[in-house]
Amino acid sequence: MDLHLKIWRQKDSDAAGKLVTYTLTDLNPHMSFLEMLDTLNEQLITHGDEPVEFDHDCREGICGQCGMMINGIAHGPLKHTTTCQLHLRSFKDNDTILIEPFRSAAFQVKKDLKVDRSAFDRIISSGGFVSINTGQAPDATVIPISHELAESAFDSAACIGCGACVATCKNGSAALFTSAKITHMALLPQGKEERSERVLNMVKQMDLESFGHCTNTEACEVECPQGISVLNIARMNFEYNKALFFKKK
Amino acid sequence: MTLNSKIPDGPLDQKWTRYKKTAKLVNPANRKKLDVIVIGTGLAGSSIAASLGEMGYQVKSFCFQDSPRRAHSVAAQGGVNAAKNYKNDGDSVYRMFVDTLKGGDFRAREANVYRMAECSLNLIDQAVAQGVPFGREYGGYLNNRSFGGVHVSRTFYARGQTGQQLLLGAYQALMRQVGKGAVQLFSRHEMLDIVVIDGKARGVIVRNLDTGELERHAAHTVILATGGYGKIYYLSTLAMGCNGSAIWRAHKKGALMASPSWIQIHPTSLPQSGDYQSKLTLMSESLRNDGRIWVPLKEDEKREPNAIPEEERDYYLERRYPAFGNLAPRDISSRAAKERIDAGFGIGPLKNAVYLDFAKAIREQGKQKIQEKYGNLFDMYEKITGYDAYKEPMMISPSAHFSMGGLWIDYELMTSLPGLFALGEANFADHGANRLGANSLLQASVDGYFIAPYTIANYLANDIHTGKISTDHIEFERAEVGVRAQIDRFLKIKGSKTVDYFHKTLGKILYDYCGLARNEKGLRYAIVEINRLKQEFYKDVIVSGEANTLNTELEKAGRVADYFEIGELMCYDALTRNESCGAHFREEYQTADGEALRNDAEYQFISAWAWKGEGQEPELIREPLIFEEIQPTVRSYK
Repeated sequence: MDLHLKIWRQKDSDAAGKLVTYTLTDLNPHMSFLEMLDTLNEQLITHGDEPVEFDHDCREGICGQCGMMINGIAHGPLKHTTTCQLHLRSFKDNDTILIEPFRSAAFQVKKDLKVDRSAFDRIISSGGFVSINTGQAPDATVIPISHELAESAFDSAACIGCGACVATCKNGSAALFTSAKITHMALLPQGKEERSERVLNMVKQMDLESFGHCTNTEACEVECPQGISVLNIARMNFEYNKALFFKKK
Repeated sequence: MTLNSKIPDGPLDQKWTRYKKTAKLVNPANRKKLDVIVIGTGLAGSSIAASLGEMGYQVKSFCFQDSPRRAHSVAAQGGVNAAKNYKNDGDSVYRMFVDTLKGGDFRAREANVYRMAECSLNLIDQAVAQGVPFGREYGGYLNNRSFGGVHVSRTFYARGQTGQQLLLGAYQALMRQVGKGAVQLFSRHEMLDIVVIDGKARGVIVRNLDTGELERHAAHTVILATGGYGKIYYLSTLAMGCNGSAIWRAHKKGALMASPSWIQIHPTSLPQSGDYQSKLTLMSESLRNDGRIWVPLKEDEKREPNAIPEEERDYYLERRYPAFGNLAPRDISSRAAKERIDAGFGIGPLKNAVYLDFAKAIREQGKQKIQEKYGNLFDMYEKITGYDAYKEPMMISPSAHFSMGGLWIDYELMTSLPGLFALGEANFADHGANRLGANSLLQASVDGYFIAPYTIANYLANDIHTGKISTDHIEFERAEVGVRAQIDRFLKIKGSKTVDYFHKTLGKILYDYCGLARNEKGLRYAIVEINRLKQEFYKDVIVSGEANTLNTELEKAGRVADYFEIGELMCYDALTRNESCGAHFREEYQTADGEALRNDAEYQFISAWAWKGEGQEPELIREPLIFEEIQPTVRSYK
C-alpha cells in the first residue's frame, strides 16, 4: 500500500516547526506504524537527510515511551492501543496521515515528535509511593486483600505514563495520570496511612507544572491505551476534599 | 590470573547469613560522604539506587530512557518466583535452589543460586508493602501460577504485567528518594565509558542525549544495572534501546565477561513476518500453563489449524517430554520447535512457527476463565497479528530473549574491576546456562534490594577516608577524549548504509551460527564474517546529524559498534566450549535422541574472558564450578 505522511518537523525546542509531506510506496499492511517510520527514516538517511526523531522503546505497548497524535487522535484510531501496537492494516491505500507530537504546555517538544514528559516523574516523586524502606516489610499475607480490591487497584496501577491523556485534553490536564496513582494507593491497605498527605502533595505538584484543570470532558479515558477510567478522577477529587476537610489547621 | 569468587565458608544455607553477620558497615555520618553512581533504572538499578538513598549515601541514577519507569523490566509479563510455599505443594528454598541449578544445567555457583532462592521470600513481602497489586484468591491471599521446569506453583503475578508492577514499585521507591534529594536523577543520559583511577572504578563519562553534551561524574563506586544484550540479534523480544554498551565498555576497561554465548532463545514469541520487522513480541510463558503446542503431522500442511483433526497433530513437547509436557524449560522447548521447523513441519506463511492451542483449555474451563488469566495477552496477540486466539491457535516461534552471560562477578556482585558492581541481567551469575521462567525479575530485584546493599557497604567501608573524587583527574580527561573521538569517527564516515542495516546483518549471522544450535565450522565462519562486517561498518556506515544535538542514529551507532565485538566474543565462547549445556547447544555434542550432552569432566567451569585489545584474540580464564551440596546429573524432563 502507499501512504502520504504529513509529519511535524521541529529542529529543537526553540525552533519553529512545520509539517513536511513524505510519500511511502509498497508498504506491507502487516507492518507496524513505527516500522513504517523506520522505513521512512531508512530512506531519509540514505538520501542524506535527517531522520524523523520519535520516542519508542519496548514496542509492545507497556513502556509508555511511544506516542504521537495520528490524524488528531492520541495513539491513532484503535481503542486501547499504543502507537507501537498500531498496524498499517488500520489505514487504507493512499491515505494521508497527519503525525504530530503529544503537544501540551507541560510537554515541551524536544525535537520532531519527541516531547519532555518529566513532569510526570515529578508528580510521582511528590507522593506517588508508599513510604516504606527496603527491609521493613512484614510478611506478604499479614494483610489479606480481597480479589476484587486487588483487581480494582490493578486497574488504576496499569497506567503506562505515556501522556496520551494530557495530549488529548483540551485543557492539557494531567488529572487522569495523577488520579490513577492516587486511586491505586488509596484502595490498598498499604497505601492508606498516607493517603491524605499524598493527594494534597500530588495535586499541588500537578498544579505547579504547566498542566491545565480537568473540566470533565472525559476525552482522556477515550484515548487511554490502558483504559484507565475517569472514575479515578472522581476518586481523586473525593480524596482531595476529604484531606482538605480533615487537614490539621 | 586466578578468579576469586569469594564464596563464604560454611554450610550452604548459612553462607549468606554468615556473610551478613561479618560484612563491614558504614556509619550513617560517613555515608553522606560517599558517592555512588548507578547506571540503569530497571528493577535492579531502581531498587539499589532507592535502597542506598534510604541509607544515606549520595546517589546519582542514570538511564537512557526519558523516565526511569520505562526501563525494560517493565515488559516482563508472567511473574516472579518465590519459595513461599503458599500452595502447600512441597516448595522450599532448597527445592527452588535445586530447580534453578538444574534448570541452568549445573553451570552456576551453588552459593549464588541458593542465596537468590533464600532472598525470594523477602521480595514478595517488599513488593506487597510497596503496593504491588499481585493476583489474589477470593479469600484475600496471594495466588500463584506455574512456570516451566518445575513441579510446584511458585510464581506470583500481576495479570500479564508483573514486570510493570514490580518496576513501578521500585521506580516509586526511587522517586521518593529523588523527592527527598537523596538521589539525583539523570534521565536521557547514556554511559559511554567507565573511569578507572589507580585500578578502581571511580566514575563515568555520560552523554546527555537531549543536548549531546558529554559530562563527567565521579564516585566511590559505580554500579551497572544495565540489563542484557540479547538485542544483539536485532530481532528479539527486547526493547529497541536495550544494549550491551555499558558492560562492554566496562569490559574494555578491565572487567571480565563471563559465558557471553549463553543467550536464551524464548520459545513463545511471535514469528517474523517480513524484513521490515523491528522486534518479535513475547507471549508470556505462563500461556503454556493452559496452551498446548503442536505442529501438523503432515509435512507442508495446507489446511487451516482448526480443520486438522486431533490424530493428525503432533504435540511434540508432550510426546518427547511427558513428565513436563508443554511446561518443559525454555531451552528445550525452543530447540524442540526448531527441530520440527527445520524438519519441514513449520506453519504460517513463512513456515517458521508452531501452534499454541487453547481450544482444550477453553472447552474445559470456559472462555471467561481463560480471559481472566491471559486476557491482555490475547488482546495483544490480536492487535499485532489481527487473529483471534480464542477461535484459532496462536502462531509462535523462538526468539532471542535473555542473556545468562554478562559481566563476571564474585559473590559480592563485584566485577573483576575493583569498585565496579554488576547487578541483574548485566551480570552472569545465577541462571547458569539456561534461566527458568520468572527468575529474571527475581534476580534483578534481590540483587538490588537485598544483596548489593550489604556488599556495597562492605566495599565502601574502606573508602570513608578517601574524600571526594575529582573529575579533573587525568583519567577523566582521557576517557572523555576517547568518547569524543569515537563520536567524531562515526560522524565522519558518511558512507552509504544505515546503522540498522549493519545491526540486522549482524543479527542474522548470530541467529544462523551462534543461536539455538552451533557448530565449530559455523562459529569459525561467523568470526570471520563479523570482522568483515565490522570493517565495512567503519568504512561505509552513514550516521546523520551532529554530535551536539539530540541524535538517535549516533546513539545506535555506538551500540552497534560494541555489538560487533560482543558478537565476536560470543562466538569464541561458544567455540571453546566443546559440550552442550542449557542454551548452548553444540551440534557435535548431543545424545542419540538429540538432547544436550554435557561434559562435566572437562567443562565444569565458568568461562571468563579478558579483553586483550583491538584485533587481539580474547583470553580465557576458567573459574571451576564446585558442587558440594548436589552432584550434577543428566538433566532430564522426560
